Amino acid sequence: MGWETWFIVTLSRTLAYGTPLLLATLGEIYTERSGVLNLGVEGMMIMGAYAAFSTAYTTGSPWLGIVAGALVGGAFSLIHAFASITLKANQVISGLSLTMLGLGLSGVLGRGWEGRPLPASIPEITAPGLSKIPFLGPILFEGQNLIVYFSILLVVVMWYILYRTRIGIAVRAVGENPAAADSLGISVNKVRYLCTIVGGILAGMAGGYLSVAYRPAWTEGMTGGMGWIVIALTIFAFWNPAIGMLGAYLFAALYHLSFRLQPWVSPELLKAMPYAFAIIVLIAISRGTLHKKMGAPAALTLPYSRGEE
Amino acid sequence: MKKPSLFRVERRPVVPGHVVVLVSILAIFAALVAAGIFFEAYGISAIRAYQLIAKGALGSKLGLAETVRRAIPLLLCGVGLTIAFRALFWNIGAEGQLLLGAVAAAGVALFSGLPDVLLLPAMFIAGFLAGALWGLIPAVLKARLGINDVITTLMMNYIAIYLVEWLIHGPWRGPSMRGFAYTDKFPSAAILPTISWTRIHWPTLLLGLVVAVLAYVLIARTRAGFEIRVVGENPEAARFAGISAFKTTLLVMIISGGLAGLAGVGEVAGIHRMLLGPTRISMGYGYTAIIVAWLARRNPLAVIVTSLLFGIIMSGGDVIRVSLGLPFQVINLFNGLILFFLIGSELLMHYRISFSFRRQ
Repeated sequence: MGWETWFIVTLSRTLAYGTPLLLATLGEIYTERSGVLNLGVEGMMIMGAYAAFSTAYTTGSPWLGIVAGALVGGAFSLIHAFASITLKANQVISGLSLTMLGLGLSGVLGRGWEGRPLPASIPEITAPGLSKIPFLGPILFEGQNLIVYFSILLVVVMWYILYRTRIGIAVRAVGENPAAADSLGISVNKVRYLCTIVGGILAGMAGGYLSVAYRPAWTEGMTGGMGWIVIALTIFAFWNPAIGMLGAYLFAALYHLSFRLQPWVSPELLKAMPYAFAIIVLIAISRGTLHKKMGAPAALTLPYSRGEE
Repeated sequence: MKKPSLFRVERRPVVPGHVVVLVSILAIFAALVAAGIFFEAYGISAIRAYQLIAKGALGSKLGLAETVRRAIPLLLCGVGLTIAFRALFWNIGAEGQLLLGAVAAAGVALFSGLPDVLLLPAMFIAGFLAGALWGLIPAVLKARLGINDVITTLMMNYIAIYLVEWLIHGPWRGPSMRGFAYTDKFPSAAILPTISWTRIHWPTLLLGLVVAVLAYVLIARTRAGFEIRVVGENPEAARFAGISAFKTTLLVMIISGGLAGLAGVGEVAGIHRMLLGPTRISMGYGYTAIIVAWLARRNPLAVIVTSLLFGIIMSGGDVIRVSLGLPFQVINLFNGLILFFLIGSELLMHYRISFSFRRQ
């Protein structure tokens, strides 16, 4: 295999594997921006994966599967929203319980679904003219699916909303200084509920992508810790959707390379890199003003009650 | 105009101990009912499932022994977590600290060349130190740079997992294991004794019980324990009183990480007798221990009871997995539900309903 082909295959697979990471990371960025830490990403993803697969299998439509995955992910995130926003319970504990619940529930529900072939999965498409562009064509326009493009579009939209619209200001204000946001007439709880649900919908969709598009099959615990990479990625991205895209593809490339570089570098050590990176990024941004400028939400994990300061 | 009401919800200033116990038991009961409803909806008789769990985990000698052996790592990790949680350090990393303890124990067992009598004590010391070191990294990062402890301890878990994977696939892979990803078997002097035919490695169990008592004394009766509580409950006051949050954070994480490390030593020296895949060493003990410590309301002595409870769930889960054909993840279903009902009940506990029949 020539160098050019090697790069094309690597980058094309990176795009495919990076998409679920990107979707879920975009969601978690919004959730955390509003001041809610949701450690239940893994649970929401696996529930989305199960819902998508079983729906696609029963109805024969992989697209309905993706919709079901997103809906179930969103519904599942409501548990965390209710516990951490309404009940003001500890967000760490609530998020962990969501992950455990998702893994347990999908494991039991998915019994008997393993090893079944899906009648139809999300089709891979090749754009007739565009795929002929040298180098970039086969990476971007050959054998990818519509969700890959949707996720890239979503980066632009979510970046724009967060930084250029009133909605974005409201989200950031609620995560930064809920009391001030409240005095401006923004409903802190409403914004937090919505952002948590957005996180759930995107995590569920990411799970669906895994089970009906990336590798159309259902296996127990098939997200395999991806949800925790998303938590790491959210920090790595400085809570910014655009850097989130960069991070998701970078980590996907590392994952893919961990197989391809096997003869030279230990795949286990390469797989540990994203987690080590996340810690290094946290150290790098921990110094004073940089931390603020980089967008770490000041009120992350802090519940809000009016008049208690 | 305010409507006359029959009852009023008011906040309790202090929650009495019996209310805590009662509410906790109710929460667990509610979680078991919820799991039961789920089983029924899914065509599995809930009564039969719980009968199997009770019989499997408590009703036979073998089941009881499995329950206790599952409780050992939960006890050690759980006691450590109560101390970290007391200082409001969110150690989600017991899983990784446990694995590091296992790695250190395996390193000493296989490569140290120490005389037989010293081998096991050296393994426990090395395991404690390795777990403590793994816990100290997030502690220093939080105490010095203010970095979120939840995220760092969580990330350290995954680094630990891949470290073990790397060791057993690479440098430590046993030449006698013919291509399997294990280290060689430990020499017999590095294997913990068990109670007759069971898998209860009693020295670790004893260690766990002693540690639970010591941790209770530390928290309730010593100056260091007092400082830990003040840092956790009122950081402002701690600063005024001249208590060093830095030292306290380091101390709780040396203890918490070290105890998880000891649990790792027990698992490899008492059960597996070699270093093997991380999910086979731990099966999520470090995460389950979070619920164990939370349910014990951060009281080290209560961990003795709660770790046994989750020992029952783990060994009972094994039984229904085999006899009802349920997947391994069924344990997570119980864990998640119990944890969820626990945090739900937290609010309930702090309020009481008082009935008033007077018109207002």
